[in-house]
Amino acid sequence: MTRQVLTRRAVLATGLSVTFLGLGAAARAQDARAFSDRKLVVIICRGAMDGLSVCPPVGDVNYSALRGAIALAPDQALKLDDTFALHPKLTTLYALMQGGQARIAPAVAIPQRIRSHFEAQDMLENGSGRLYGAATGWLNRTLEVVQPHRAIKALSIGAQEPLILHGPIEAESWSPGGRLNPNGDRVTAAVRALYQDDPLLGPALATGLQVQSEANVLNGGKPINGGDAKAFAVTAAKFLTDPNGPSIAVLSLDGFDTHANQGAATGQLANRLAILDGVIAGLQTGLGAQWRDTVVIVATEFGRTAHVNGTGGTDHGTASTVILAGGALKPGGLIGDWPTLQPTRLFEARDLAPTLDVRQVFKGVLREHMGVDQTALDTRVFPDSAAVRPVGGLVAA
Amino acid sequence: MTRSDRSLQAAIAASRFGLGALPGEIETAISDPEGWLVAQIQPEGGDIPQALGGGALPSCQDRFALVASCKAAQKAAGQDEILRNAAFKPLNDGFADEIMSRFWLGAVTPSPFRERWALFWANHFSVSANKGQDVMAVVGAFDREAIRPHMFGRFEDLLIASSQHPAMLLYLDQSQSIGPDSPAGLKRRGAGLNENLGREIMELHSLGADAGYTQADVTEFARALTGWSVAQGAVPPDQLGRFVYRANIHEPGPRTIFGRTYPPGQQDQAEAALRAFAASPHTAEHIARKLAIHFVADDPPPSLVARLKRGYLENHGDLAHVARVLIAAPEAWDPQAAKLKTPYEFLISSYRAAGIGPSDPRRDVLNPLSGLGHRPYTAPQPNGWPDQAADWASPDAMVKRLSFAQAFAGAHAPLQDPVQVATAALGARLTPATHTTLQRAETRQEAFAILLMSPEFQRR
Repeated sequence: MTRQVLTRRAVLATGLSVTFLGLGAAARAQDARAFSDRKLVVIICRGAMDGLSVCPPVGDVNYSALRGAIALAPDQALKLDDTFALHPKLTTLYALMQGGQARIAPAVAIPQRIRSHFEAQDMLENGSGRLYGAATGWLNRTLEVVQPHRAIKALSIGAQEPLILHGPIEAESWSPGGRLNPNGDRVTAAVRALYQDDPLLGPALATGLQVQSEANVLNGGKPINGGDAKAFAVTAAKFLTDPNGPSIAVLSLDGFDTHANQGAATGQLANRLAILDGVIAGLQTGLGAQWRDTVVIVATEFGRTAHVNGTGGTDHGTASTVILAGGALKPGGLIGDWPTLQPTRLFEARDLAPTLDVRQVFKGVLREHMGVDQTALDTRVFPDSAAVRPVGGLVAA
Repeated sequence: MTRSDRSLQAAIAASRFGLGALPGEIETAISDPEGWLVAQIQPEGGDIPQALGGGALPSCQDRFALVASCKAAQKAAGQDEILRNAAFKPLNDGFADEIMSRFWLGAVTPSPFRERWALFWANHFSVSANKGQDVMAVVGAFDREAIRPHMFGRFEDLLIASSQHPAMLLYLDQSQSIGPDSPAGLKRRGAGLNENLGREIMELHSLGADAGYTQADVTEFARALTGWSVAQGAVPPDQLGRFVYRANIHEPGPRTIFGRTYPPGQQDQAEAALRAFAASPHTAEHIARKLAIHFVADDPPPSLVARLKRGYLENHGDLAHVARVLIAAPEAWDPQAAKLKTPYEFLISSYRAAGIGPSDPRRDVLNPLSGLGHRPYTAPQPNGWPDQAADWASPDAMVKRLSFAQAFAGAHAPLQDPVQVATAALGARLTPATHTTLQRAETRQEAFAILLMSPEFQRR
């Protein structure tokens, strides 16, 4: 009880001081109170998620011929409009879309045309618009530009920290399975002292111990099974609901590189999409009332070939789908144009062509949802990107 | 060279080039640290992990037969849920055996540089059990059959061995790729190319993503690779699980790949392309950089990369020569330990410092490594496990290391004086700060946990 009272007071104090600091500063001061409540979750689907299966364009005249055995029949998929449907495993997402709390951008790509997973993931996460154009991630730079106005924290969920969070501002991290009692035992104290001059290990251990003690409280000391996508996401979301907890969280899902036997309504990709849907459901449950202040972005490094390959799968392509979900979204339809699957419109006669640069979506969310200043977005978060206009109207005012 | 120079060199040899010192190892290396490392290079390649009870582990073909019998047992189980679940137990146990055997070798080997060299190449040519049961069954056999025999030979032979091993052919979907204009392709509508292996060979295994090849080169190489497959399904038992070349799915015609034209051929067409990739300066640069990053620094000195590249090119990709160039490179002996041990290296070096081996595969090896995000043979993507400190030093990962160190020390702290244990493990790399902290420890367990977590033990 005491803890709650104290933290509520702390939130009020933060709000007041941000408003005060915001006067005359570049931040939109009148909104700072609201922005401090906002939550952003970025889910990176690694291996190149097949957008044409996430929201299959079952009404596109070329879809079923291109996709052959992996095409979803209109009656197998969850109908959205005359062109698009959702994959049948994405039931949570479908319900959210019906309620105006999820939207899809069906033809999005990274700034350069790359078909290497690893280079493309780097580009998705470094945000520089160029391969190896930055050694830090765009979310870390977001923390940097917001910091003078309000110090927000980020959480990396998983055993390894992704590039998107690398940078001078250290992110917290958590993964299921920790059982350490960090209550100041002698070994911990001795190791922390030995790490005081180590710029990597010292801060990492200190932050990790802090998060671990929070996790023990959040979860009542019970272990979390990493194999249960929804339960895992529920716990991850609880970090975000702590008044002093992180505002931004990142997690990675892998296994999307479906070169062979991809499946359709069921099968390999369907299993991965069920996990993705479970994670979104878990975030919604775990965030509780704060779901209304949340945006979840689901992105991947590139899409897959428009045509099915010779082994019931798809090879590396170009545009894929970005999913937005969360109670903070403004209801609306498709984000960006649909290029269609006409043979003449395919990129290099093989891939879905992009109609949006993924940075346009990221910038739109950061500006409207997190209150990041437009100049900072154009110059620091996504360097040299003034020509890349943010998508507007994504988040409810 | 003075004895104190050699003391530090021996300590570096055991940690940076090795797997952390066994008790007495640094004293063995001290008379000639470089010579101690060079002597671990042998033409026959890496040591082969053995079954824990002694004897050879099952071959790739044995493992294919095991998968077939597990699948048959599952079918025979019908609707009986308990029997169905039990059907794959032999396969799961086999996977645990593979992990335990390789870990055990690392924990006890007196030739730890040889083992590090094997682990490096196994990660370079990564195959992952996450793909499914068929690949899970043979990841260990891949390590023993494709990697270790060739790791001190010519790179081109290693590249071909990897590319023809059933584990790789299944992992990157090559076994199903069919030339659209091949006899089989013309008969089967919808059958066609799968370019997964072709692309990853060019990008990850040989030339590197920045070499300048195009999508058209990848597709051409994928065409050349058609026919490389695995004997599966209804085949004679002596054929099951072997590499097989299938002429009837090979795409006919000449191929132009990365500026070079290959005449029409059979299995030899893709082999010729692999040999050309292996001879390319792009591959030399790619391998040189990866080795320098792995052994020396996340951002390695350009002079070291250049030295390794020259070493690769001047001797036709002879990897024993490259290993000797690495050992002789002055940049590799910087007293500053820039690399953070991976979780796998950290666990192995903990066992070596304690002078013991693990006893239970799941409790002692699989579970702790899974918690640290480094479950063997399950790299999340074809580029293998990451090799930069920042990838392994997240806050959560450091807490998990501390948690492991405390549990391990609680169970296995050696009975000797803690400072003696630390000196045997770290030699001249033991810092005064850690030395003092160890002296203040109240119990052996406390001291040993602190040793394992000390910056100089975590780094190499």
